[in-house]
Amino acid sequence: MASTNSNERPLSPTIERGRLVRFLRKNALQIAIVFVALVIWAFFYWKSPRTFGAYDIYNSLMSTTPYFALMAIPLTLVVVAKEIDLSFGSIMAWGMAAFALVFTPLSKTNPQLGVYLGFLACLLAGLFAGWLNGFIVVKLGIPSLVTTIGTQFFWRGAVMIALNGQGIGLTAVTSTVLYPALVGRLFGKIPMQFIWMIIFAIIVWFFLNHHKFGAHVYLVGDNVDSARLMGVDVDRTKILTFAIVGVASAFAGFIVSESVLFLWPTLGEGYLLNTLASVFLGGTSVFGGTGTVFGTFVAAFIIAIINPGIVASGWLAYWTQLIYGLIIVVSVALQSLLRRRFA
Amino acid sequence: MDNVLQMKNVSKTFGEVAALRHVNFEVGSNEIVGLLGDNGAGKSTLVKIVTGYHQPDPGGEIYWKQEKIDHLSVAKARELGIEVVYQERALADLQSLWRNIFMGRELSNRLGILDEKMMFQETRKLMQTAMGFTSSAVSPESTVGTFSGGERQGVAITRALYFEAELIILDEPTMGLSISETKKCLDFVNGIKQAGKSAIFIDHNIVHVYPVADRIVVLDRGMIAGQFLKGELTFDALIDQLTRLAQTGRLESNPTMAK
Repeated sequence: MASTNSNERPLSPTIERGRLVRFLRKNALQIAIVFVALVIWAFFYWKSPRTFGAYDIYNSLMSTTPYFALMAIPLTLVVVAKEIDLSFGSIMAWGMAAFALVFTPLSKTNPQLGVYLGFLACLLAGLFAGWLNGFIVVKLGIPSLVTTIGTQFFWRGAVMIALNGQGIGLTAVTSTVLYPALVGRLFGKIPMQFIWMIIFAIIVWFFLNHHKFGAHVYLVGDNVDSARLMGVDVDRTKILTFAIVGVASAFAGFIVSESVLFLWPTLGEGYLLNTLASVFLGGTSVFGGTGTVFGTFVAAFIIAIINPGIVASGWLAYWTQLIYGLIIVVSVALQSLLRRRFA
Repeated sequence: MDNVLQMKNVSKTFGEVAALRHVNFEVGSNEIVGLLGDNGAGKSTLVKIVTGYHQPDPGGEIYWKQEKIDHLSVAKARELGIEVVYQERALADLQSLWRNIFMGRELSNRLGILDEKMMFQETRKLMQTAMGFTSSAVSPESTVGTFSGGERQGVAITRALYFEAELIILDEPTMGLSISETKKCLDFVNGIKQAGKSAIFIDHNIVHVYPVADRIVVLDRGMIAGQFLKGELTFDALIDQLTRLAQTGRLESNPTMAK
């Protein structure tokens, strides 16, 4: 076969260039992101060996990075499908509001049952909110940017009404298996939410790369017309990506609330920037059609290390937000340049 | 000759506009029909009726292998084996060759898990046979955005052939292609003929249609202005006829095949 003969000369320069581009496209972004992560880590280690030489910081990173990475990983699907979701922060809280609505009446009589049913209600509420985003985008033809700004405010309002603006204590959760399973410590060392982040990443990666659904996500984001002409169910594919983000947001909301054992009605505020930054820094193109779960996974840790890194280096934490914003703009600009170069 | 497709008395009006008027059109088995006509002559309307995208006005009839089709939908047309090769919109540029070949029809198990190995091998086989990509630099993993226009058209046509299309419709496949790419594309059309399939080749460039078509049908303002078997008419005579059509709205002599 021609392909196994390494001595055979390439027939055309465009094809040779294509091979290079293919290689760059397939792997270089992922290699680059790991490299970037190592450089940043090494820099902070050099600035503050005491902080980054101890286990505590890594324990802390493994505990808090999943809070937004659990959403960034499925959000990768939405962005690959050339859509965007800005409402996941509110959906985190909305899921927990649904939890509270089910849990509160049962909290006196059967708190354990209340927790389990509440957890189920939380996931279902998130699923519904995500599905609704997809439905509005697909069936009513409203751009997802606008749709999810709208639903972001809508669900936040719904949370405030449902909780009457008040927080709720969640200590009852500690008596259920959900507590050790979701926010406990594996071997007394590794935070369980980090394990869930890995599980999420593997599942989403598998479906994106080795399942029909993922193949359709790429096709829809790359060329929606051809996908439709070739019989891909564009509407269903898009709605599903939004629904997955919805359910993952509710799950993340549960984990965050559980780890502080309190439900704040403002839950989810402040996650927008670092979640989006993880997706874009991870090499998922805002123009749709390309992106990797691995990239998002690594990028989430880069995003997470910046804040403690800045503080440990003795700078003002105000820099964090500036750098997040910079990361989003620079990584999207790089994608645009890459696209123009290889288009 | 057996007809694969036959349309009888098909009209299509959009509000006030009659896009097609009482058109009788057929495609024989293993026949390449060139469909010529100016912009607005009704070529794309005709094609969209064949693919089930538009329904003809009442009174029009469509037959597939002598069998009357009452309501031709897009899904039904594909099921029958009617494939359209759309020009630019056909491929997903950022995806690999094998993902494009199997777009929308991925091989998978019952759970939807992709059979990548199989698709990869099938694509490699098609590359070496149908597509004629022999370079070791192109693999099924190559991104199609890096291919030339002719190669891309080849991918789209090969895709249609692989999925056992009986009738392949090529909608202006040479538009925007360079001379060598056009030649490559026309080779693919010849490949359709050799594979024993039928095709409708739409173009407004007579130079491209003439060499590959068995029969040329000229549409003008929603009606069939004439049709020619290739043997009947030299290339120059055809050009003369079309020039006359453009000026006077009719062809000189009524063609022999119009019945």
